[in-house]
Amino acid sequence: MLNLTLKVWRQKSATSEGVLETHDAKNIPLEASFLEMLDIVNERILNDGGEPIYFDHDCREGICGMCSLTINGIPHSKERGITACQLHMRKFKDGETIWIEPFRAKAFPLLRDLIVDRSAFDRIIASGGFIDVRTGAAQDANALPVAKTRSDAAMDAAACIGCGACVAACKNASAMLFVSAKAAHLNLLPQGAPEKDKRVLGMVRQMDAEGFGNCTNLYECEAVCPKEISVDNIARLNRDYATALAKEAAF
Amino acid sequence: MSSPICSICRFWHSSIGKKIVVALTGAFLVLFLAGHLTGNMLIFQSSHDFNEYAHFLHTMAHGWGIWVFRILLLGSLVLHVLATIQLTIANRKARPVRYQKEATMVAPKSSRIMIVSGLTILSFVVFHILHYTVRVDGDLRLLADFGQNWAMTVAGFQNLLVVIFYVIAMALLCSHLSHGVAAIFQTLGIRTKKSSQSIKAFSKAFSTVIFVGFIAIPISIYFGFGREEMEATVKLVEEAHKAGLSSLPVVEKSH
Repeated sequence: MLNLTLKVWRQKSATSEGVLETHDAKNIPLEASFLEMLDIVNERILNDGGEPIYFDHDCREGICGMCSLTINGIPHSKERGITACQLHMRKFKDGETIWIEPFRAKAFPLLRDLIVDRSAFDRIIASGGFIDVRTGAAQDANALPVAKTRSDAAMDAAACIGCGACVAACKNASAMLFVSAKAAHLNLLPQGAPEKDKRVLGMVRQMDAEGFGNCTNLYECEAVCPKEISVDNIARLNRDYATALAKEAAF
Repeated sequence: MSSPICSICRFWHSSIGKKIVVALTGAFLVLFLAGHLTGNMLIFQSSHDFNEYAHFLHTMAHGWGIWVFRILLLGSLVLHVLATIQLTIANRKARPVRYQKEATMVAPKSSRIMIVSGLTILSFVVFHILHYTVRVDGDLRLLADFGQNWAMTVAGFQNLLVVIFYVIAMALLCSHLSHGVAAIFQTLGIRTKKSSQSIKAFSKAFSTVIFVGFIAIPISIYFGFGREEMEATVKLVEEAHKAGLSSLPVVEKSH
């Protein structure tokens, strides 16, 4: 069992002042997940007649991308390749103080406590992160040849769950890892390739319009990404954007 | 076809476009540094070769060459600084509420202080131009007027404060380049998983060579390199100047 001190960001609404509140988390089982630890703390707060700590969660199995906690300054914690829900309390020491803050970015307005609005990502997807025509059901194997390296790169990029940890970790709150993964996942495949230029221009313009910062190549995004999306995608997006813009200017 | 002016504006106003401007101007400035260091190494070869080199720079392409270079360098520097300042302002705005507990996973300090190292280097560049190009110090100007650029360089590094400022600026330049050189490849989209380690190693090696090469000059001079020859040249120049000459009398070297 662990006894911890939590420093949790509490904020009633988007417009109200927020503060770091201190809570004791007593008798936390080592096998509890981080979110279960918050459940235990919340249950005690509720029993005492207080307001629970609001936080986002859904699948609790590391695939939905809903949990969005910055733990000790690192989105989803310093453990690599996991979401906050897959973090277990055995990773902490008895008596430790844990700082829990929301994902911070202007483009992710805070709704309450640890919950932020990530619909900016949805608007970026709506600006080009799709294929216009129906591509039908899964093809017969080998009916549509795709080079192994391309299909692997597309599959790796498609692993992005859109949680926003890349933005939260970036010193500049840049969304380049997310946008580049979503663009690469479609651009690399024959079904997505015809609309590549339109997609890249549309998604980057929407990203800029949402008020995300600019990538300065620190690769913090890659380090915190629960799906370990590679920054190679960012290099690819830089290249594709320049090409698409040049084509747009020329034709 | 959209108008070319609109396209340039769109390029400049987009996050990636502006970063590409930073990368391209940065690449040009990096190439300049490599050339500048190579030329400066002639200081250690001989005063004659260094003066010849300076003479060549000032007279190449009928004296136009150096101005073409200066304008290109100034243009690159202005674009590089302007774009990075605008990007930094936008980046600060993108996170209006900072984390109470700040932590990093992989980004080295050098990559997180680019604007600080960059602005210090900018102030150094201004100082360096006043020091050796404009030559606000009359004694240095006199040496240059007599074509004694080697003696001018040596005379300029006799002051400890100047040497310290050069070393600090070069340390920050090294820090700036250790991230910046590698970042050029990423921003221009020519970095891949395969090349990432070599690019990182090249970036570190290049910045180290630039640092060691450039500080070697002021430090060795401060600790006595070339002092006697410089003092002798200063004496000759002063005598020639008093005698109303505009260049040093040609002395045949005895072999």
